[in-house]
Amino acid sequence: MTVDEHLIGQLANLAKLEFEAEAKTEIIKDLNRILSFVEKLNEIDTDGIEPLIYLVDDSPSGRDDIAHLQISQDEGLQNAPKHDSDYFRVPKVIS
Amino acid sequence: MYRSLAETRQALQSGKTNIVELTRTYLQSIQEHSHLNAFLEVFTEDALRQAAMADQKRQAGNPGKLSGMVIGLKDNLCYKGHKVSASSKILEGFTSLYSATVVERLIAEDAVIIGRLNCDEFAMGSSNENSAFGNVQHPLDKALVPGGSSGGSAVAVAAGLCLAALGTDTGGSIRQPASFCGVVGLKPTYGRVSRWGCIAYASSFDQIGPITNNVDDSALILEVIAGQDEYDSTLSTVPVQEYSQNLAFKGKTKIAYLKDCLESEGLDPAIRASMEALFDKLRAEGHIVEPVNFPYLDYVIPAYYVLTTAEASSNLSRYDGIHFGYRSKRAIDLETTYKYSRTEGFGKEVKRRIMLGTFVLSAGYYDAYYSKAQKVRRLIREQTLATLKEYSFIIGPTTPGTAFPFGAHANDPVKMYLEDIYTVQANLAGIPAISLPAIKHPSGLPSGVQLMSAPFSETELLSFARYLSALN
Repeated sequence: MTVDEHLIGQLANLAKLEFEAEAKTEIIKDLNRILSFVEKLNEIDTDGIEPLIYLVDDSPSGRDDIAHLQISQDEGLQNAPKHDSDYFRVPKVIS
Repeated sequence: MYRSLAETRQALQSGKTNIVELTRTYLQSIQEHSHLNAFLEVFTEDALRQAAMADQKRQAGNPGKLSGMVIGLKDNLCYKGHKVSASSKILEGFTSLYSATVVERLIAEDAVIIGRLNCDEFAMGSSNENSAFGNVQHPLDKALVPGGSSGGSAVAVAAGLCLAALGTDTGGSIRQPASFCGVVGLKPTYGRVSRWGCIAYASSFDQIGPITNNVDDSALILEVIAGQDEYDSTLSTVPVQEYSQNLAFKGKTKIAYLKDCLESEGLDPAIRASMEALFDKLRAEGHIVEPVNFPYLDYVIPAYYVLTTAEASSNLSRYDGIHFGYRSKRAIDLETTYKYSRTEGFGKEVKRRIMLGTFVLSAGYYDAYYSKAQKVRRLIREQTLATLKEYSFIIGPTTPGTAFPFGAHANDPVKMYLEDIYTVQANLAGIPAISLPAIKHPSGLPSGVQLMSAPFSETELLSFARYLSALN
């Protein structure tokens, strides 16, 4: 697998990141190096092996389905880079 | 400075000091060692207030289990009303709205929370060179890294800036810096300690654990922070034991070492020799120490990187420049709010991992990379558990070498990733592991011995770790 400029563009768009000029050359080089390293996994025969997803054997413990108000609206807004008394503020979305 | 809670308690009981005075001494020490850059922030007022309350409770005759213990928090653990940043610019200015379960449990037992500790950004790194707030220095040599990602935590304990610290371990982030700095670092079984309030890196790997000067203090902290919590559904129902009361190790045991690990090319010959000497010592004490095969050693790091970056790319999608944290000044619409805020807010290594994670999860590559790695993870777990059915412990070096110079792996991410080659197995398998400062390297630098054991066997792991520490 080789990562090229086109694929980096697609991935960056999915990840909502931007790589330009030097940063782009560098990320292409790094991803290619890392991918050729992780492709070593193909040496292992995994036919018939189920993917391991959950690490804890006993069934997950849940809590009762009761809504608790733990964070007030004020608190919820408090860490936003821009907000008013009711809403998060964003740059104009619809032109 | 006192090196254990037992020593601290003695001093408190004899009236030589009180917890407020003790806390002031640590605050002073932090100031004198500010060049280490271990602390990102010191909670002076709150720490002194907690200390005064702990003194009152002592005088009233009802001290908590951690009375007298001054603890630092890795900067990825939330503490209500205090800043937390995961050492990232993207969370600059963020204030926790609630406390991590572990923090609540520490405070409930009268621990004093003294400040937050530098780490690699979002716990991604093995040298603490990835912090947006500067490198942490090794306490013995300013040219060397302290290890990572919990570098600040290990340095703070080693340099006596606090008695203990909490770190998080996703692939070795507690044990590797503990090994480099000559302290004890414990990664509990996955599902033993609540992750609520821990800023997520890779959710099926992350565990919170203590970094201390000795095994006893780690056992006590684990006892306090472990156990069920309705905010983390991945916790096990296996009962928490009184680890600190069951530290006496008796009898003879069977210990395995991974032949592939001891024979691996990258292992420092002096560490190999010390390990072999340790094996002989254990045999002389009547224990069985035998080599076993672990054919997956070369695959642990590849599997780890595919899976953790996938989980990270998903976990870090919440940093959007809207709900909290950093927003780019160049943001003019929704797309640029996301893109520029994330591009400017995240550091290079974090972006690298998000990109790799995005790749392995994307249509067309998911099965070949992500599912493949999940299958390999099962094989690694099964092989590891099979070994631990026959043997009580797996022993080996924590790290292939001692602390390395800053910039040593600057141009090759893969080389940096290989620093974790002996530690990631425990995270892939979900088992507990501890690093002990039990090797004397000829360079004078610390180097750790790692013990791993079966899931939820922390009592056995800690008691044997304590025995091993005394043996040296």
